[in-house]
Amino acid sequence: MDFDFIVKSIPLYVKAAEVTLELSFWGILLSLIIGFICSLVIYYKVKLLAQVVQIYIELSRNTPLLIQLFFLYYGFAKIGIKFEAYSCAIFGLAFLGGSYMAEAFRSGLEAVSKIQIETGLSVGLNRWQLMRYIILPQAFSVAIPAIGANAIFLLKETSVVSAIALADLMFVAKDLIGMYYKTTEALTMLVVAYLIILLPISLLLTFIERKVRHAGFGN
Amino acid sequence: MQDLGINVIFEGSNLLRLLIGLWVTMRIAIVAIAISVVFGIAFGIVMTVKNTFVQIVARLYLEAVRIIPILVWLFLFYFGLTKVLHIHLGAEVVSVIVFSLWGIAEMGDIVRGAITSLPAHQRASGRALGLTDLQIYRYIIIPQAVRRLIPAAINLATRMIKTTSLVVLIGVVEVLKVGQQIIEVSILKTPSASFWVYACIFALYFIICYPISLWSKKLELKWQNQ
Repeated sequence: MDFDFIVKSIPLYVKAAEVTLELSFWGILLSLIIGFICSLVIYYKVKLLAQVVQIYIELSRNTPLLIQLFFLYYGFAKIGIKFEAYSCAIFGLAFLGGSYMAEAFRSGLEAVSKIQIETGLSVGLNRWQLMRYIILPQAFSVAIPAIGANAIFLLKETSVVSAIALADLMFVAKDLIGMYYKTTEALTMLVVAYLIILLPISLLLTFIERKVRHAGFGN
Repeated sequence: MQDLGINVIFEGSNLLRLLIGLWVTMRIAIVAIAISVVFGIAFGIVMTVKNTFVQIVARLYLEAVRIIPILVWLFLFYFGLTKVLHIHLGAEVVSVIVFSLWGIAEMGDIVRGAITSLPAHQRASGRALGLTDLQIYRYIIIPQAVRRLIPAAINLATRMIKTTSLVVLIGVVEVLKVGQQIIEVSILKTPSASFWVYACIFALYFIICYPISLWSKKLELKWQNQ
């Protein structure tokens, strides 16, 4: 182990970690928005739109992110739709994550029992109030563990974006191996960097999960 | 030009080459899935053992595999392990090892979940009837646990198939690499080749994974109602 090399490479990794985190942040945020909208479309069985959403979910869940990114980045460029690598990566993550988040939200919405909804209706709540005060609070507490797992999944999936030349953690490690042949050092730093990012998030999610478990009706 | 672009797929032996490329990743996935099922079940049963040391070791293994991205594991094994141990491992061998390690951990957790989610009175009732441990497993635990774990296990299989697309990044010549070769050859004749080739690969993955996920969803629904 060449510790001088490791110390010198720290700024590179910090910069790369910023790229990874930034991409994940936007990817997860967009996924949440897309997923939430899609789950509502399916929950209310909006005509036509529900079918479109279902097709999107199946397409996105049954293909790998790497292929989606290549298709978006290299494929679409040739028919006139050009993305920058950065926006392409965010778009790809949102495309993939949206369907996973939609499934998480949907299972939460479906877990709210009929009795709850009927009770809400019988005390005279309108549809909006029913959603806001009865369904969503319960759906969220059921969906939180899945949402958290998806967020971590998306964060890990960002490692793939190095394939379309974005300078994330993976890319920097590859670069250092290629340029200086410092394989052990570069890979150790890579693992350490991912652990620094992922361990606290993973622990935080376990904590949140324990907190919301008491929120379900009847517990 | 654009509407003719799709012809690039059917030119010469291009489609066949893509399919052969796809077979390379499928082969890795199939071998890894087979290993994961066998050893994953064993690992899952080990995880239910009430021994603190065993549980800590099993938990560490599972969390380590889970928290580090698979692509990083591929790099660690392909570039790191081979250098540290001074051995040479082919990219395909490394892929099988990494995907098996991942699969065993995930499969183990699925099996553990299926076994521990059975109500405790099931085991106790068996014991009360005077069944031996082996009989309790054979007649009570396994038949019920299998129904709970099969949909999840099939899901894991599709995840593994999808994730094997990453092996191109450690140099396995698979469907994406073959696609790039086809694009490079036909770039002058058909500028839109990359759109059609990547669309084709996208479709190929979908055609493989979609029926499998449908199947798992169907089993899940069927067994939920019983």
